Amino acid sequence: MAAISREEVAHLARLSRLAVTDQELDRLAGQLDVILQSVARVGEVAADDIPPTSHSVPLVNVLREDVVVPGLTRAEALSGAPDTAEDRFRVPQILADEE
Amino acid sequence: MSTNVLPTYDDVVSRYEPVIGLETHVELGTVTKMFCGCPTDFGAEPNTQVCPVCLGLPGSLPVANRAAIEATIRIGLALNCSIATWCRFARKNYFYPDMPKNYQISQYDEPLCVDGYLDVEVDGELVRIGIERVHLEEDTGKTLHVGGATGRIHGATESLVDYNRAGIPLVEIVTKPVPGLGARAPEIAKAYVAELRDVIRTLGVSDVRMEQGSMRCDVNTSLNLPGAEWGTRTETKNVNSLRSVERSVRTEMLRQAMVLDGGGTITQETRHFHEDTGDTTSGRSKETATDYRYFPEPDLVPLAPEPVWVEQLKAALPELPRQHRARLKTEWNLSDLDMQSILNAGAVELIERTVAAGASPEAARKWWLGELSRRANADGVELEAVGATPEQVAKLQVLVASGKLTDKLARQVLEGVLAGEGDPEQIMAARGLEVVSDTGALTAAIDEAIAANPEVAEKIRGGNQAAAGVLIGAVMKTTKGQADAKTVRELVLARLAS
Amino acid sequence: MSDLIKLSAAALGEKIAAGEVSAEEVTRAHLDRIAEVDGRVHAFLHVDDEGAVQAARAVDAQRAAGDKLGPLAGVPIAIKDVIATKGIPSTAASKILEGWRPPYDATVMTRIRDAGMVMLGKTNMDEFAMGSSTEYSAYGPTFNPWDLTRIPGGSGGGSAASLAAYEAPLAIGTDTGGSIRQPGAVTGTVGAKPTYGGTSRYGLIAFSSSLDTPGPCARTVLDAALLHQVIAGHDPRDSTSIPLPVPDVVAAARQGASGDLTGVRVGLVKEFSGEGAEPGVMAVFRDTVEALTKLGAEVVEVSCPHFQYALPAYYLIAPSECSSNLARFDSVRFGLRVGDDGRNSLEEVMSLTREAGFGEEVKRRIILGTFALSSGYYDAYYGQAQKVRTLITRDFTAAFEKVDVLVSPTTPFTAFELGARTADPYQMYLADLYTIPTNLYGGPGISVPAGLSDGLPVGLQVMAPTMADDRMYRIAAAVESTVGTFAPPAL
Repeated sequence: MAAISREEVAHLARLSRLAVTDQELDRLAGQLDVILQSVARVGEVAADDIPPTSHSVPLVNVLREDVVVPGLTRAEALSGAPDTAEDRFRVPQILADEE
Repeated sequence: MSTNVLPTYDDVVSRYEPVIGLETHVELGTVTKMFCGCPTDFGAEPNTQVCPVCLGLPGSLPVANRAAIEATIRIGLALNCSIATWCRFARKNYFYPDMPKNYQISQYDEPLCVDGYLDVEVDGELVRIGIERVHLEEDTGKTLHVGGATGRIHGATESLVDYNRAGIPLVEIVTKPVPGLGARAPEIAKAYVAELRDVIRTLGVSDVRMEQGSMRCDVNTSLNLPGAEWGTRTETKNVNSLRSVERSVRTEMLRQAMVLDGGGTITQETRHFHEDTGDTTSGRSKETATDYRYFPEPDLVPLAPEPVWVEQLKAALPELPRQHRARLKTEWNLSDLDMQSILNAGAVELIERTVAAGASPEAARKWWLGELSRRANADGVELEAVGATPEQVAKLQVLVASGKLTDKLARQVLEGVLAGEGDPEQIMAARGLEVVSDTGALTAAIDEAIAANPEVAEKIRGGNQAAAGVLIGAVMKTTKGQADAKTVRELVLARLAS
Repeated sequence: MSDLIKLSAAALGEKIAAGEVSAEEVTRAHLDRIAEVDGRVHAFLHVDDEGAVQAARAVDAQRAAGDKLGPLAGVPIAIKDVIATKGIPSTAASKILEGWRPPYDATVMTRIRDAGMVMLGKTNMDEFAMGSSTEYSAYGPTFNPWDLTRIPGGSGGGSAASLAAYEAPLAIGTDTGGSIRQPGAVTGTVGAKPTYGGTSRYGLIAFSSSLDTPGPCARTVLDAALLHQVIAGHDPRDSTSIPLPVPDVVAAARQGASGDLTGVRVGLVKEFSGEGAEPGVMAVFRDTVEALTKLGAEVVEVSCPHFQYALPAYYLIAPSECSSNLARFDSVRFGLRVGDDGRNSLEEVMSLTREAGFGEEVKRRIILGTFALSSGYYDAYYGQAQKVRTLITRDFTAAFEKVDVLVSPTTPFTAFELGARTADPYQMYLADLYTIPTNLYGGPGISVPAGLSDGLPVGLQVMAPTMADDRMYRIAAAVESTVGTFAPPAL
């Protein structure tokens, strides 16, 4: 049985904002299936009582003081932008209504 | 469903039970942002308070602001929460242009503060609102929609993004679902938000100004039949004033009742509240909502507030509003009813500041609940936005107490203050409203009145003091009302007694 | 060809400090070499001739003014293109960042500049450091100076190749699953991954935040240690940076060069006994272990039973983090924008941009990671991988109770021919079989040339406990002292 279907891959691509072509989708679905079948091996390990590791450094409470640090000038901030207007980053019309 | 009739509120609450829940976002008043050293000043020129971190430039990394963590713990403590001994930030992944990294650093299943409550006083009765969690996250940038009608996203042809606000620390305070409030649900929702605002303002961690967006509310509402399971809830966003909190719950209760009465079902969705009409309209449906793919933020290490640190913060908490009000009630020597009317008018802090500026508690209460409340009602604004500051009111009262103004003159001066003409003394001078206390001028006016009314003077000399009114009236007329009637009376009687 | 380019960084630094040669001469010699051979090697994506000469002249001026120079002042260096360099193109070898000039320097870069080092340019790599051959660069592959039909390893193939081709004496790499060590192994150079948190990630264009580690690439162990000393140390701008003194890796490298390993316990990982590895690689490995014994080391076998799950765990954790890290490439604040024709919505423009701007391997990993973090799958994939990470860490901890270091081949195979593994992504992933466990654990690892197999370099990997970076340098230097260094045929 396939670990992931073509439809699932298409959904994940949309979620990831990737306008993949049909051809690409065919190829990706096959490759991801092979990869997923292989990485699913992590499930062989009995690890119910094992805590997950999210960070390998044993640090906690790394905090900065509430003091202003010079940032970028507006020109620097906007320097890499594909498009700007009125000192802001310009984007095409937004359709989705998230958050 | 559109043919359904909107039921009356009384009808709704007689047949349905509401359950409400509130999610309140508070922008912290830290000097710098949550994860970088950029300033947080309100109203700066676009994209001038940004750096690689809050712009989400490739390679940049966050470092958490100690002051924001402390402020959140203090809010948690003030809301009687347990403070986590170990917790983490998490990434909430979704694409939106106002979010520079296309994920928000937030907290997911490990919030900093959990399981508290806030007691809210409504009409002298305490209602306990459970607090589910208090967590910390980062704010988004601001998007300007261009080309459409009145800055709305719909119909806009393009949008412009300013990231000055991106990364400002935001505390989210989530209540537990609150059932059993019945008809009072809207009122209690408002009272909760007001109390929360007062608590946070007392802590000094935010200016909690709803009109500037530093405090924002999402209101969850559902209806169920008595004895039945809770209904499907809607989440009303964009509720940005205390009045709107109350109205949005009420509106949503009425709308949901109408839908249910018509045999329809409530869709779990986000709704937007419109301040102008008081209506809510459908936003995004939750079914199609993004899977946020939360996972522990690998760029930040866990938070493990040490008990000593938390205890220190707890010991340093200020007196909270409810204790504070109890103390004021005693100090000001007020009845329950008096205190209640002050609370209802939202005048506690105003009166307190007026007293601090030199007025007596009675006088301060009289001004704020009397003339100024009338004016605020007439103008349809909150009392604090009426146009007079506590300092100005105190000055006015000091002038009355010292005899420089009569009550009547003081009201005229207040008119000037409300009209923005300046401080009381400036207005007195500009309008020429000072009490005529120059004895020479008053004596001359009295002598003139006696000369003009010899028979009245004679009656007074004969012991009929009640006749003095005529002479007093004449003097007040001469001085254009700027003399103190009591003083004039004393002077008239003294003059005719000799 | 100037003789200067064959010198070690340590020697160049000494000559410059002593005034025997100017920094400008050294820099020009390397720039000339780049002009001569990089058309064939393609180690560089961007060469900053002008900036390099200016930086070199500044060092010469300092010396002329009587300032004491640091050990690497005036020494040229190549920087992997995943490091943000202020005003200099930083693309991570991706089309989506073509032409982006960061308005800031990475911490590693700041320290390199502060040390008076001279940046020659930015080196090629697999796009966003995802790959093991540098074939996934959007700007064309890098060719292995040992054999131009073969890959130089990856992701940091450009940095490693620049060293092997004598275009630079030092380079910066980044190691997420082996991207410093594996290229080092297949180009006959030295590559060290410091302890995670030992070098700052600030300004490293993130691939997998909990694994990415910048580190030194060099032709000798001592050179690597000297560069390590420059770039390592606590950085308050990186929350995961370790606030401890840097182990004295330079002293350790010098100590190791004496060739005495008496009393050192070296562990062989039982689970890395050679299954799937080329026989030639295993032969060199066994000879090297034998050599270590002759230097006085005690060699024992230790079992790390969960290492077999490292590769699958890595290919869940790294893609998951990358799917989130790469979300910021959205055509709004920087980089490419495609399809903004006045009709497409922002959502469409974002999707078209990311589709056009990311290469196939990057897209594969983004989709894989998005899947592994999805609500129905999180526990079985990402969550489980993090538990495996804990078990691998425990394996390391237990092993280091018995031995001082672990050794293995760096990679199962020598440099393969271009195109040999691109058809099957999983075959490519196997290149990092031996290097990945260290990344999951967070400890340091180094690849040092150990010999040749069919005329191609083979690397030995030395793994040490976290913050014991000095220990791995000592062992690596001892290996170098006994097996020597290896130079490719003339280009």
